[in-house]
Amino acid sequence: MEVFIPILTMAVLGFLFSIGLSFAYQKLKVEEDPKVEKINEILPQANCGACGYSGCRAFAEVVTQGKAVVTGCPVGGEEVSIKIAEIMGTEAGKAERKVARLHCRGDNEAAKNKGLYLGITTCYAAHIIGGNKQCVYGCLGYGDCVDACPFDAIDMGDKGLPVVDEDRCTACGKCVEACPRNLFELHPLSQNIIVFCRSLDGGAAAKKSCKNACISCGICVRACPEAIALENNLAVIKDYKKIDPEKIPAIEKCPTDAIGQIEKEETNEG
Amino acid sequence: MDLLTIFVAAILVNNFVLYYFLGICPFLGVSKKIDAAFSMGMAVTFVMSLTAVVSWMINHWVLIPFGLDYLQIVSFILVIASLVQLVEMFIRKMSPPLYQALGIYLPLITTNCAIMGLALLAALKDYNFIQTVVFGVGSGLGFTLAIVLMAGIREQLDLADVPEPLKGAGIALIVAGIMALAFSGFSGMIK
Repeated sequence: MEVFIPILTMAVLGFLFSIGLSFAYQKLKVEEDPKVEKINEILPQANCGACGYSGCRAFAEVVTQGKAVVTGCPVGGEEVSIKIAEIMGTEAGKAERKVARLHCRGDNEAAKNKGLYLGITTCYAAHIIGGNKQCVYGCLGYGDCVDACPFDAIDMGDKGLPVVDEDRCTACGKCVEACPRNLFELHPLSQNIIVFCRSLDGGAAAKKSCKNACISCGICVRACPEAIALENNLAVIKDYKKIDPEKIPAIEKCPTDAIGQIEKEETNEG
Repeated sequence: MDLLTIFVAAILVNNFVLYYFLGICPFLGVSKKIDAAFSMGMAVTFVMSLTAVVSWMINHWVLIPFGLDYLQIVSFILVIASLVQLVEMFIRKMSPPLYQALGIYLPLITTNCAIMGLALLAALKDYNFIQTVVFGVGSGLGFTLAIVLMAGIREQLDLADVPEPLKGAGIALIVAGIMALAFSGFSGMIK
């Protein structure tokens, strides 16, 4: 009989606690959509906030409530969008992958220096002083974007301009924020005509400070007036889709190489 | 021992984290942000206070009358596990962000040796009911004090120039050691 007392005691105690807990559970249970957990598992878990929400889990919650589109995660790209769409039972559609691109070709050889900068070696600090290049619109070359990139997709090139590894780039937009001169922009991967300059200086002044500056000569505008326009001494691509592929050679006649195809850029850096 | 002595001793002199070195796991794990650390402290305080009460009742009304003292550990674990389960349900319902912030450390309170230590020490010291309650609440507040102080220091440490090999857990353990050293200054208060 001695054995039964402890067994019975523990059984009764366990029974009482489980009754208490099951009552508590009835009161406190949380209805959670199982989709949230599933989608959260698919997401890259970079928690970068590129989707506009505070993290991957927050994005998963918003998607399951139908308040965000399934393609909302730029980091995961098409692959993740399709998987999320499967869970949500909708079509992902084609969201073209975007990449960050630098809008400056003022490398160490092309851009002239106005002096020696010995301050704190970040673009942000150099930008406040004005930097060491004559062009006040161009890349400062201290690599704030390289540091900001959470995916290791930006490296500083030999000529002092950052180079984006387009395979690694996830269009999270950190470099766009990091650049004090706003030289990065997110473009669809297929867009290959880009204005590689942000200088608003007039033709002669721009040419003086950088060999690759847009001198607002208007050759590209004449080649393709539907898509390209001059604004404040700078060629601007108004609507990339309207550029006729046949006109690309004419556009590329730019005397300073300030507008052109991105592939050419990569081989140049090569 | 009067109640005030037990209370002060539990918070400062015999602080569970910094004197007994119990409950180090959440002390290091959830001490990166003050608000999460404070919530963790409150959760532990809640579990400690209730554990003290319930385990005293089980010990004095069930185990001792039946001569089952040898079941203390297993029945106390049952009490602690049930209470932690309750706290977990409650926090999940009331504050999902807090539930996220505490993460794995919340269910880990179940096997937190500070709480088990509290139940066993209270039984060992033969406290009466009121003394046990005061001991439980005091110990919980002592844990909260330690973890919040630690979080405050670690928030500042994020801005400090810590040598590379000591970053993270290394400097946290050094800070914990210095805090324990400082708290040992209280030891003369109670004989």
